[in-house]
Amino acid sequence: MEALLNILEELHPEVDFETCTTLIDDKILDSFDIVTLVSEIDAEFDVAIPAEELVPENFNSAAALYELIQKLLDE
Amino acid sequence: MQRNVLEYLEHTAARVPDKVAFANEQMGLTFREVQDQARSVGSFLHAEGLYRQPVVVFMKKHPTTLVSFFGTIYAGCYYVPLDDEMPRHRVELILKTLNPAAMICDETTVALVGEFAYTGKTYIYSQICETPVDEAALETIRDRQIDTDPIYIVFTSGSTGVPKGVTACHRSVLDYVENLCDVLKFNEDSIFGNQTPLYFDAYLKEVMPTLKYGATTILIPKQLFMFPIKLVEFLNEKKINTVCWVVSALTMISAFKTFDKVIPEHLHTVAFASEVFPIKQFNLWRAALPNARFINLYGPTETTGICCYYEVDREFGLDEVLPVGRPFCNTEILLLDENDKLAGPGEQGEICVRGTRLTLGYYRNPEVTSRAFVQNPLNDLYPELIYRTGDIGKYNERGELVFLSRKDFQIKHMGHRIELGEIEVIANMHDDVKSACCIFDGEKKKIVLYYVGDIEGKDMTVYIKGKLPRYMVPHVIRQLDTMPLTPNGKIDRNLLKQMYVNK
Repeated sequence: MEALLNILEELHPEVDFETCTTLIDDKILDSFDIVTLVSEIDAEFDVAIPAEELVPENFNSAAALYELIQKLLDE
Repeated sequence: MQRNVLEYLEHTAARVPDKVAFANEQMGLTFREVQDQARSVGSFLHAEGLYRQPVVVFMKKHPTTLVSFFGTIYAGCYYVPLDDEMPRHRVELILKTLNPAAMICDETTVALVGEFAYTGKTYIYSQICETPVDEAALETIRDRQIDTDPIYIVFTSGSTGVPKGVTACHRSVLDYVENLCDVLKFNEDSIFGNQTPLYFDAYLKEVMPTLKYGATTILIPKQLFMFPIKLVEFLNEKKINTVCWVVSALTMISAFKTFDKVIPEHLHTVAFASEVFPIKQFNLWRAALPNARFINLYGPTETTGICCYYEVDREFGLDEVLPVGRPFCNTEILLLDENDKLAGPGEQGEICVRGTRLTLGYYRNPEVTSRAFVQNPLNDLYPELIYRTGDIGKYNERGELVFLSRKDFQIKHMGHRIELGEIEVIANMHDDVKSACCIFDGEKKKIVLYYVGDIEGKDMTVYIKGKLPRYMVPHVIRQLDTMPLTPNGKIDRNLLKQMYVNK
C-alpha cells in the first residue's frame, strides 16, 4: 500500500489518498493519470491491469486500486 | 466560388434541415437548429456593436459551443475558444494578448469569469441564442466579408512563456476542408466520433465536413477515454464509423487488449495525427479492423491543422515508422537545408510549407510571426510566404516524407504540442526557484523538470499545476543541489537526460 500511495502522491501531492473515495467521480484523476498509473503499477508490482478492470469503481480510491492489484497478483 | 465557411452550413441546412448535426451523449442539434441559433447569436453580437474583433467562447465542450463559433462568424467577428479547465494564469495571458470586448459563456463557466482580470462584456449562450434574427444586418455583414478575413484564433504553447494565437481565415479553412474531404472520402453517411478538445483546431476535421456533407458529429464524453471497453461500446452504440483522433487515444484502446473483448464494429475510417504511432500498437489496430482505412495526418496549427497525409498501404515492421507521406493538393512542401537550399535525395531538411493553407500568423505578435512565416528563400522575384515548421524530415526511398525530429525544444505529448521552454519559464517565475530545466524522455513519454531552489517537490507540483494546463504539467519533478552546466555555461540537458534515464 505504501508503494501505491507513493505513486499516487507523486501524481497529485495535494490529494489525501488515504481518505478520498471519489477520485474518478470528482474528476481528480484524468486520463493522463490513468495511463501513468497503469504503467507505474506495472513497473512497481509487475501487474498488467486488463481492459475489463479499467472501470471507474477500481480507481475511485487508493484502497480500491490496492485491492485490484492484490486480486491480480493472486491470479 | 465559395468564400465563407458558413455557406457549408447554409447549403446543408436547406437540404437536410432535420438531420442531427452535432450531438453529445444527452442531446443533439439539427442543422436547422444550428443555423437558426448561430444566426441569432450573430444578430445579438451585431446589436451589441461587435464587429471585426475577437469574441471569446468560454464554454464547456457541448454542441452549443460549436454554434457559438458560427454565431461569431455571422457577426463578422472571429472566435477564440478557451478551455474551462485552463489555469487562471494562462487564461489571463491569453486575455492580455486579445483584449477582447466580449465573451460567450454557459451557465457553469460564467461563474469563473469573475476571477479573471477581464473588463469586457459577458453573455450567457442560453440567453442570446433566441435573439430575433436581423436579416438585413447579417446580409450586410456577409456582403462585406472576404475570404481572407479571420474566423478563429487558437493558442499554442510559446517558448517565451506566452501562448501564441494562431489566426486562421476562411480561405485557409476552405482549402483544408476541401482537400481533406477528397483524401478521407467523407460523405453524408459519415458519423464522426470527436475526441479532440474544441480549444485547438483539430475538431475542424469532423465539424467542417459535417457541415459540408450533412454528416453527424458526436462529441464523446472525455471521461470515456479513461475506460477503453466503455469507450468502444459507446462507439458501437452510436454507430460511429469515422474517427480523427490523437494517437494516444487510439493506443489507449489497443494497449489494454480491448480488442479481445470488443471491436469497434462500424469503424471504417481511422485518421490520426499529432504524434508518431508506435507500430506495435498500430498493427493491433490493423489486425482488429482489417477492412478499415488508416490515414496518418501531419501538420501544425499554423498551416490550418494539417498539411500532409499518408494512407497506410503496406505492412510495417516494428523497426519502421509510418511516413508523413505527401502534401495535400494545392500545398507544397519544401525541405530546406541549413543554407536554405532544397535538401538532396535522402538528405535531412526543415519541413517548410507553401500554399493557401498557411494561416494569417500570430495575433498581435508581428515579431514571432516574421520569424516563422518568411519569404520563400527560393524565390527572390515576388513576395511569397512559407511557414517554417521547425520539424526536421527527409524523403525515404519511396519518395514519402518522413518526420525525424525537432530543431528546438518543442515536443509532442498525448497529442499536445508543448514548448519545454514554457514550462521552464513558469518554474523560474517562482520566487524560491534559482534555476530550472525541463527534459523529455521520449521513450517513456515523460516530461521531467529539474530545479534548484528552496521549495519542496510537492509544493512545486502544486505551484506548476496552478499555472499550466494539465497536459503541460511535468510527470516527474526533481530538486537538485546544483544545476549541471556545459563548459560554456549552459544547462547541460544531455547530462540531465542521462541522469533521468540511468536512475
